[in-house]
Amino acid sequence: MSTRQDPPRPLSARTVVTAGAQLLADALTTQGVSTVPVTWAPPVAGTEEALTTVMLDRRRAAANAEAVRRMTSARAALVDVRPAADALGLQPGQFLHAGPPVTWERASGPLRGALIGAVLFEGLAATSEEAESQLASGRYSWEPCHARGAVGPMAGVVSSSMWMLELVDEVHGNTSWCSLNEGLGKVLRYGAYSPDVIERLRWMTGVLGPALQQATRAHGPIDIIAIIAQMVQMGDEGHNRNRAGTLMLLKEWLPDLITSGRDPDDVAEVVRFISGNDHFFLNLVMPACKLMTVAAADIPGSSVVTAMARNGTDFGIQVSGTGDRWYVGPAQIADGLYLGTFGPDDANPDIGDSAIAETAGIGGFAMATAPAIVRFVGGTVPDALATTLRMYDLCAGENPGWAIPIMEFRGTPTGIDVTSVLRSGQLPQINTGMAGKVAGTGQVGAGLVSPPMECFIGAVEGLASAAR
Amino acid sequence: MTRTVQVRRGAYQDSVSLMLISRELSDRPGVATVQVAMATALNLDLLSGLGFDLPEGTSPNDMVIAIDAADPTAAEATVAALDEALSRRPATAGALDPGAPPPATIGAAARRVDASFALISTPGRTATIDAADALAAGLDVMIFSDNVALAHEVALKRWADDAGLLVMGPDCGTAVVGGVGLGFANVVRPGPVGIVAASGTGAQQLMSLLDGVGLGVTHCLGVGGRDLSADVGGRSTLAAMDRLDADADVDTIVVISKPPAPEVAERVTSHARTLGKPVVIGYLGVGRPDLTETARRVAEATGTTWQPPRRWGADAPAPRGGYLRGLFVGGTLCDEAMILAAATVGRVASNIPLAGQPGLDAALTSVGHTFIDFGDDQLTSGRPHPMIDPSLRLERLRRELADPACGVVLLDVVLGHGAHQDPATDLAATIHGSSTPVVASLVGTRDDPQGLSDQAARLVEAGAIVHASNAAATREALSLLEVAR
Repeated sequence: MSTRQDPPRPLSARTVVTAGAQLLADALTTQGVSTVPVTWAPPVAGTEEALTTVMLDRRRAAANAEAVRRMTSARAALVDVRPAADALGLQPGQFLHAGPPVTWERASGPLRGALIGAVLFEGLAATSEEAESQLASGRYSWEPCHARGAVGPMAGVVSSSMWMLELVDEVHGNTSWCSLNEGLGKVLRYGAYSPDVIERLRWMTGVLGPALQQATRAHGPIDIIAIIAQMVQMGDEGHNRNRAGTLMLLKEWLPDLITSGRDPDDVAEVVRFISGNDHFFLNLVMPACKLMTVAAADIPGSSVVTAMARNGTDFGIQVSGTGDRWYVGPAQIADGLYLGTFGPDDANPDIGDSAIAETAGIGGFAMATAPAIVRFVGGTVPDALATTLRMYDLCAGENPGWAIPIMEFRGTPTGIDVTSVLRSGQLPQINTGMAGKVAGTGQVGAGLVSPPMECFIGAVEGLASAAR
Repeated sequence: MTRTVQVRRGAYQDSVSLMLISRELSDRPGVATVQVAMATALNLDLLSGLGFDLPEGTSPNDMVIAIDAADPTAAEATVAALDEALSRRPATAGALDPGAPPPATIGAAARRVDASFALISTPGRTATIDAADALAAGLDVMIFSDNVALAHEVALKRWADDAGLLVMGPDCGTAVVGGVGLGFANVVRPGPVGIVAASGTGAQQLMSLLDGVGLGVTHCLGVGGRDLSADVGGRSTLAAMDRLDADADVDTIVVISKPPAPEVAERVTSHARTLGKPVVIGYLGVGRPDLTETARRVAEATGTTWQPPRRWGADAPAPRGGYLRGLFVGGTLCDEAMILAAATVGRVASNIPLAGQPGLDAALTSVGHTFIDFGDDQLTSGRPHPMIDPSLRLERLRRELADPACGVVLLDVVLGHGAHQDPATDLAATIHGSSTPVVASLVGTRDDPQGLSDQAARLVEAGAIVHASNAAATREALSLLEVAR
């Protein structure tokens, strides 16, 4: 926001931003004026009144600038790896899940599958049928990861025995958590719960978690924001491609794993597991992004999005100016490529907290830096650049800490502004994996998806009622 | 069915390429399934799940090709197609830079370029959104749009006031900023006069008359017709006066408006006293100076020799019976003419009637002395302004010239950027051969794109009497009526 200038600056129409009639812009061009026409379209129908109220809230520009400042000044250090029972106080029979709150009745196949798997993993039921009837009966409780400051990819189901990565932002005094990544294919987070899935979880709890805890504690805090800065320059966008990030993290851990005194076979298996899973680092990107966005939460008047999350049924967003209130709409099916013979009929609607990456300015927003994955939707390398360029217009700022080389090291677009989405009709682009819709299927593909417009319509109405 | 499995050692391709190729090959005739993938554990799992027998000893750097085809020929053709697909080069190679897409919002545009001014002509019910965006980005803003809610206008102007910015409008049709014409604007030469105008065509008349005596204009800042109402409180007028006062190129400030709310008039007058430059205030209205008189006062204040504005055409014909019919495209010009006419003939009907004067029916039927403002909101909803599209007024002109009750037609012709490129030609064709006298006020400057003298000549050739001054045109039209004598 500008402040009163004294003396007033000279009036000048040498460069004019124009919105509306082309005729008027043309008349300026013929006079030698440099015009910058905007691609104006009517705002999303029905939002005009709320948008006007929110745009007239004079706190908005400064509040959004503050939100971006907090996001880009947040740090994220990996400080510990420990069970959810210790880290989050989760009790047996208590679960966390991705996205906004959801009941068993409305829960999608993959979320149900993951909850069934978590019940089996915790030894609370002997069979999947038993687990399912227990879950349906209301015996257990579950709430969003976000409600505890955590984030979970895909179904995002966390139970008390699962080991969590613990990240700390010392600047703003926040902590965030995420589970350990299981790998691709048939895994719990995609809703699979077969014996091999449970077996892998047991190994992660018995071997992987403790080994990483020891290595992390021996190493001392690992700067995840710095690794993300490097991975963005190495072709990773931090959501569908985390290859460089995974290797860089492993590099940090390796000496301490080797000297841990643990069974060399276990250490080798841990290293093999991480290096064989290009997405291991996603589970560090996500809590790092959560620390950035939670730092930007609760700024009165700010229309910046602080969370985008899906539970497989609903897509929900949170906005800085209205705290932890969810604005939801129906989750969409991603557009992308399918594994094996799977097709669109097999895919569940969008699921997971991983869109926190886009909320913090990477993932689909940093598509330009990851041309290797742009063809997921039959796109081209210029499309990737165009996507990132388009996202800048939806955002309140940029993150100079995460620079994209091919865009002349311009910072990633940061801080989605609800008003810009509604005014332009353009939705944020999210890179995502796709889960099978039938519980127990696992991953069926990966692609691109957008939030439903309903989320942003709800958000602007919420902001309007809180406007000044 | 034939099941074929091939392994290509060390033939790395990224997974996305292979997924795309697999999908493409699966569409071939005689093929049930094609999976081309790197031999990762996950992919091997998927392939055995599909019933393929896989060789042992593959590594993730090997490519596996699994085909389920109707017969060996189809399988072979598929492998050939695969080889072709693998060797294909992308069509877009080299075309890397997509170019930045145009900005989606004013705020986004302001982040890209070093601009200090926004021009908004989006629909009135949403224009406030764009104007607020401009203010938040620190831009001065001209709102050309009409139908902006009064409460929004007040909110925007309060904000601009606190931020030291200027909101011009809403419904600001005319402005000149540093020689650049915005909206409907005449081409003016640089000069010492700075204008604040709550009236578009009023400002155009003033600028044209000053141009006639060689007096140039630095800025003409439209503030919107409601700015001097009690609700808005003259916020933009005062802000614009300050901006002109601070501008080294401005020597003399002029404020023109319809009569303001009394307390606002007082605020403007007292504010004028605090400025370091002379301020000429020209409020239009009954018993007040007309625009031509205001122009004369401005010339006087700048020490410029005043000459009466030009008249083109033959000597006046003898007075005749009938009524005066005023057909205007400029609301302020129509008002000015009605005020002068009412002082002479009394009753003057209009679609924008003066206080205490009659209105018109929905069909705008003429009753006695009648004035129509074709630029009124009622007549422009869903169609271009009559300065751009003259058809409605031309049709009415034809009817008035054929009406035996019509004694004289008075009309205005407005030139400048944004206006019709040759308004005189159509008018002249309609007037030509008519026995009813037509008097026109021609609002334009020497440098206007339509050509001031050329436009005057066309009208005169058709028999019209043409004045640069709207007030003088009105007085001459009245003098042609017996009833006015």
